[in-house]
Amino acid sequence: MSRSLHIVVPAPRAGTTVVPAVTTNRRRLRRRLSRSAFAYLLVVPAAAFYVVFVLQPIVLTGQYSLYDWDGIKPATWSGLANYARVFTDPTLLDAILNSFELIIYFSIIPVVLGLFAANVIRGIATSRLAGIARTVLFLPQVIPLVAAGIIWSWQLSTNGLVNQLLSLLGLGGITRAWLGDLGTALPAVGVIGAWVQLGLCLILLLAGMTKIDPTLYEAARIDGAGAFREFVSITLPGLRQEIAVCVIVTVISALASFDIIYISTQGGPGNSTLVPGLQIYRLAFFDREIGTASALAMVLMVLVLVVVLPLQRILRGRDA
Amino acid sequence: MSRSTATRYALAVPVVIASVVALSACAPPGSDTTAPSTASTDFGAGGPTCGTGDVVLDMYIETGFPLPKKLAEEFTRQYPNVTFDIREDQFAVITQNAPRVLADSPPDLMRLPQVSDLAEGGLLLNLDPYAKAFGWDQWPASQLEQLRVDDKGRRGDGPLYSMGLNFSMTGVFYNKDLAAKIGMTKPPATLAEFDGYLKAAKDAGLTPIAQFNGGATGGLLFPLQGLMASYGETAPINDWIFQKPDATIDTPDNLAAAEHLQQWVEKGYFAPDVNSLDYSQMMSRFIDGKSVFIFSGDWESGNLDTQMPGKAGFFLVPPLKEGGSLGAMSASLTYGISAKAKHPDCAAFFLNWTATNEKARTIAVEVGGSHPMGPVDAFMPPVDPDSVTAATLAAGAVVGKNNGAMDFIANATGAIYAQSWTPNIQRLVAGKQTAAGMLSAVQADYESQIGK
Repeated sequence: MSRSLHIVVPAPRAGTTVVPAVTTNRRRLRRRLSRSAFAYLLVVPAAAFYVVFVLQPIVLTGQYSLYDWDGIKPATWSGLANYARVFTDPTLLDAILNSFELIIYFSIIPVVLGLFAANVIRGIATSRLAGIARTVLFLPQVIPLVAAGIIWSWQLSTNGLVNQLLSLLGLGGITRAWLGDLGTALPAVGVIGAWVQLGLCLILLLAGMTKIDPTLYEAARIDGAGAFREFVSITLPGLRQEIAVCVIVTVISALASFDIIYISTQGGPGNSTLVPGLQIYRLAFFDREIGTASALAMVLMVLVLVVVLPLQRILRGRDA
Repeated sequence: MSRSTATRYALAVPVVIASVVALSACAPPGSDTTAPSTASTDFGAGGPTCGTGDVVLDMYIETGFPLPKKLAEEFTRQYPNVTFDIREDQFAVITQNAPRVLADSPPDLMRLPQVSDLAEGGLLLNLDPYAKAFGWDQWPASQLEQLRVDDKGRRGDGPLYSMGLNFSMTGVFYNKDLAAKIGMTKPPATLAEFDGYLKAAKDAGLTPIAQFNGGATGGLLFPLQGLMASYGETAPINDWIFQKPDATIDTPDNLAAAEHLQQWVEKGYFAPDVNSLDYSQMMSRFIDGKSVFIFSGDWESGNLDTQMPGKAGFFLVPPLKEGGSLGAMSASLTYGISAKAKHPDCAAFFLNWTATNEKARTIAVEVGGSHPMGPVDAFMPPVDPDSVTAATLAAGAVVGKNNGAMDFIANATGAIYAQSWTPNIQRLVAGKQTAAGMLSAVQADYESQIGK
């Protein structure tokens, strides 16, 4: 280690070298080029995958969105008509609004609960309970979403666990088929999402907490700060990056949600849980309206970027 | 961002975009499809056959339904030179993949979703020459009506693009034990009598109808369409489904039917959680004796005869007045031949065999539970008169005589079921939509969908 340190010579500043400058510069350039060529070579496989499986589909979707196409017959050019439909069809607009409502359940609740749980677990870090709590809360992340959707649709059915518990508590009057009621289906789906996302937020936040300097807490305690003050003044600012990641990842999962809804309600009843992801799938593969589906997909992509980019700015601060 | 990285980005972005555009080529999508194709008409003296050489028929079927496999086994037994290479998928997967599969790995026989787009897009073989060669055109026209598609993609008329392995029909199944408890010993003769039994079931603390209507399913369309047949003629409903000019679903008769259904909802004749019940939950509740009636089709007859032998009965939604005409939703188990199939003659020969061979017709009834295709006077296997299969076959004969068969109102356009009927009827159950509102909303969606 120490030897290699000696070999490193600071690069001469431009203009300070004299005679052999031209040859050494050329040689250095060649070396730099070959080194960067090698670097590019290493990037090629990943870049090729990215181009073929990410960029090309995006470009194709953009192209399809300008056509009226059933996926079979030759397409006809329709300009921006598909986009006009996305912004005027109340069903499609409602789907977008539903996905915004899901942000409450997929993002806000898990982040808030995650902060609370992580703080509690940090407080009892040495006890065995902390490990158990961590495992239990992270478990939903390990379970496939499809399985989670099925489990919860049983629990939320008329004679499922949720209604049994409510009846035990004397709340038999409010029991219902939670996923089959126009008013409760979206929140019920949201609960499934919150349950899944909580584990992700918890683990990220716990990891972030280990990186906060413990002496800060000691100093705060000496200054007479209580648990709440510690949380607000040390933990929260220290977790800024992790909270940002949590919020961004979960907001994307809310706006682009598909699997949980596909398994639990399929957008029903009465379109009350319809989201853009599901509608794109239906339009493309069942209604064979590839153009409208593609336009909605492009709008969804832009929508996610429009929501997430400013969030990233705000949450991660200028250093991002 | 330093200047050098900025330059690098400035260089990289157009390069990437250019390469992506080059990769995806700019021709409009779908321009590589072929024109509709027709089977050759030159079959030789004996008509289309499977020949004597070895043939492997490529078959793509819906998983969970044993009928096609049993038919294939029997066919190989009778024609040992023909074997089957069978691929199975769920119906939803078949629906999504149909255009790609028919174009890229063309099966000789394939279970089909709604055929209009596929036929219009030239992916399916025009079966008219076979129909002529085998004499399918002598069968009751109503059997093949739904399988025809004209050059505008409208069903009901035009060349034949698919065939059925059998045709099924819907009505009301009832649990005989529970029915006896509410004083129902034989099927109701009028709608008013049926209403009375529903009320009696409700008053007795039973669930009258645990119909599926949850998720993306609109299972209350089964009773709705049954009621439509009680209140009015079936022909105008077929006209609407087949997109005849100026057809409407929003008629006084249909409104009366929808209002009748709404009354059933309001009186609590459906299970309280219908909006979250799926089809298999409905079947298991009925088989477990937790629902007196359900609206379903004769594809369940074989299943019910095994699961609750002698305990299930069947009737068609009764007419308003005793002796009135009876109608039912009837559709065939649709199979088609890819326009690019390797063995179209043999596939057509197989389809003809399923409708005409006695063994095949027996399998269609015993395994499929539904009526085989074919001429009216064709062979029918004997069935146990107490079985529900016997009841559904008898009902099928009545509908056939009445010419009361209708296609399913959910098949009118590719999108009408998921985008219009299902959300509207789920809202009707929730009290957020009226009968009149539902019909006018569906009619508006229908017009915008076929107006494209």
